Amino acid sequence: MTPEKRAAYWKANVRLLVILLFIWFIVSYGLGILLVEPLNTIHLGGYPLGFWFAQQGSIYAFLVLIFVYAGAMNRLDKKFDVDE
Amino acid sequence: MTNLDIWTYSVVGFTFALYIGIAIWARAGTTGEFYVAGKGVHPVANGMATAADWMSAASFISMAGLIAFEGYGASVFLMGWTGGYVLLALLLAPYLRKFGKFTVPEFIGDRYYSQTARIVAVICLILASITYVIGQMKGIGVAFSRFLETSYEMGLYIGMGIVAIYAVLGGMKGITYTQIAQYVVLIMAYTIPAIFISLALTGIPLPQIGLGGNYAPGDGTMTLLGKLDQVVTDLGFREYTTAVMGSTLNMFVYTLSLMIGTAGLPHVIIRFFTVPKVKDARYSAGWALVFIALLYTTAPAVGAMARLNLIDTIQIGPVGAEDGNLLYEERPEWFKKWETTGLLQWEDKNEDGRIQYYDDTNPEFAEKAQSFGWEGNEMVTVDRDIMVLANPEIAGLPNWVIALVVAGGLAAALSTAAGLLLAISSAISHDLLKGVFLPGISEKNELRAGRISMIFAIILAGYLGLNPPGFAAGTVAIAFGLAASSIFPALMMGIFMKKMNNAGAIAGMLSGITVTLLYVFQHKGIFFVPGTDFLMPELGMGEDWFFGISPNAFGAVGALVNFVVAFIVAAVTAPPPDHIQHLVEDVRVPRGAGETTGH
Repeated sequence: MTPEKRAAYWKANVRLLVILLFIWFIVSYGLGILLVEPLNTIHLGGYPLGFWFAQQGSIYAFLVLIFVYAGAMNRLDKKFDVDE
Repeated sequence: MTNLDIWTYSVVGFTFALYIGIAIWARAGTTGEFYVAGKGVHPVANGMATAADWMSAASFISMAGLIAFEGYGASVFLMGWTGGYVLLALLLAPYLRKFGKFTVPEFIGDRYYSQTARIVAVICLILASITYVIGQMKGIGVAFSRFLETSYEMGLYIGMGIVAIYAVLGGMKGITYTQIAQYVVLIMAYTIPAIFISLALTGIPLPQIGLGGNYAPGDGTMTLLGKLDQVVTDLGFREYTTAVMGSTLNMFVYTLSLMIGTAGLPHVIIRFFTVPKVKDARYSAGWALVFIALLYTTAPAVGAMARLNLIDTIQIGPVGAEDGNLLYEERPEWFKKWETTGLLQWEDKNEDGRIQYYDDTNPEFAEKAQSFGWEGNEMVTVDRDIMVLANPEIAGLPNWVIALVVAGGLAAALSTAAGLLLAISSAISHDLLKGVFLPGISEKNELRAGRISMIFAIILAGYLGLNPPGFAAGTVAIAFGLAASSIFPALMMGIFMKKMNNAGAIAGMLSGITVTLLYVFQHKGIFFVPGTDFLMPELGMGEDWFFGISPNAFGAVGALVNFVVAFIVAAVTAPPPDHIQHLVEDVRVPRGAGETTGH
C-alpha cells in the first residue's frame, strides 16, 4: 500500500468520524440537554420532545450511528482494498 | 417453605446449574482462550456477552430507582452509559482489535514503548476494577439474604463459589458463554414485569411506548407523564420531566464523564479482543448496544411507573383532604415486607395514623403542608434500590415473576463480577508477571499464573464484599474518573496522534488522574478518611466549587487536563521512534488482523 493511499484512507475514515460524532453530540448534548426546554414545548405522543431525546431518542440514535459507521467502514475498506 | 420460596430456589438453582454446565463445556486450554476466548467469538454473541458484562447490579437494580426519584436529571446515566459505546465503536475497539494483543495495559506499554506507562495503566485498571467489583459482591450478598433467607455472608460465599468455578476453569471463554446465558436471564427478568406494569397503567404492552401513552386508570385523557408531573408537584416535589441534576452545565459534564469513562473501562474494552476480525469489532459494539438498549430504554418506563405506583399507594385521595392519605394500618403486604429490611421506614410525625409522603425540603410547599396539619415527610427512608425488586410485588405479579427478578439481579451481578475479575487477573499474570517480572515464562505456567491470580482476585473481592470499606459508595466516582481521565485519552491519542510520545502520554495520564483524585478527595476526604474533606475553607472551595460540577462528574475535566498536558509535553520532547509510528499506521488499517493472533 502506498503512503498516499494510506493517507487517503485515513482521511476518509476521520471525515466519517467527524460527521458521525457531530450527530452524536447533537442528539445527546444538544437536543437532550442544551435545547431541552424549548423542545419540551413540542410533544411526541405523551412525551415532551426534549425529555424523549434525553431518555429514549438519543439511545436509538447511538444505535443507528454505530451500524452506519460499521457499514460505511466496510465499504471504505473494500474501496481501498484493505479489508480482511 | 412458601410458594414464593419454592419458585425462587428453583429458578435461581436452575440458572446456577446452567452457568456451571456451560463452564465445564467451555474450559480454557491455552492463554489465548483464557484471556480472549481464542479470538473466535461471533460478533452478535460477543455483543450479548458485552451487554451482560457491562450491565451490573447497579444498572439492573439501582438505575430505575435513580430515574424514579431524579426524573429528567437521571438522563445523564441513560445517555452516559450508552453514548460511550459510540466512542468505543468509532474511536477504540476496531484499532485495539487490530493491534491483536490480550490486555489494555499491553497496548499502552507497546504504543508508548514504556514499561512505566504499562505499569501506570495496570494500576488504574486494578483500582477501577476493584472498586467496581465491591458493588457486585454486595449486590450478590443482598439478593441472597433478602430472597433466599440465607445470611449475607452465606450468599456471598455461594456467589464467590459459582464465579470461581466458571471463571477459573474457563477464563474468558467460560465467562463469555456464561455471560450470554446471564444476559438472557437478566433481560427477561427486567422486561417481563415492565410489560405487565405498562399494560396495567397504559394498556400498551411496550414500556417504551407506554411511557408516552395515556394514563389508563383515570378517564384516559391524561398522558402518563402529565399525570406523574401533576402528582409529584402537588406534593411539593420537583416536576418529573424537567427536574435537572445540579445545573445544565453539571449534567453536560456528567454525561461526558460517564461516556468517556464507559469507553475507557478495561473490562469492557477487552471484550472486543475476542472477535475474529476488525470488522467484527465494529459490528459487535453495535450489537452490544442493541442488547444494552433493550434494558436502558425500558428503565425510564420502570422508573416513572414505579414512582407513580408508589405515590398512588400512599396518596389515595386529594392532597390535603382528611382521608387523602393511606392509613398505616391498611398498608399493603409488600410495604410491610420491605419495612422489615429497613429500606422502607415510616414515622408518624403528626400522629394521625396516616402516611404523608411529600417534599418537606421545599420552602414553597411548607405553608400548605402546615395548613393540612402535616408535620414533615413521614416516609423517612425510601431506598431507591428497592424499586426494581419491589416492582413486581407492588404490581401484584405472580410469584414466578418475582423469582425471575431475583435470578436476574444475581445474573447481572455475577456476569459483571466475572468480567472485572478477568480484567484484574490478566493485568496481573500477563502485564505484571509476563510483561515486567518474568518475560521468559512458558505459556503453560502463564495460564497457571492466570488461574492463580483469578483465585486471588476472587478472594480479595469476597473479602472486600464482607468488609465493605466505609467509602465504598464514594468510590464509583473513582472507577469512572480513572477510566475517563487516564485510560481513554491515552488510548485515543495512541491511535489518532502518530506523534504522541511516551513522555507526553505518561505526563498526561498522571496529571489527569491527579486532578480528578484531588477533586474527589477534597469532597469525600483524602483517601476517603472521614474529616479530611474540605480542609481549607479559607480558600473558598466549597461543595462543587468548580463551576458547580459534582465530583462524580469530574472525569471529563481530568480527561481535558490529560489531553492538554500530553500535547504540551509531546511538543517539547522527542517524537516517537520510527517503528512506533509504523505500528500506529498498521493499527489504522484492518488488513492483517488475523496474522497477529499467534502470540
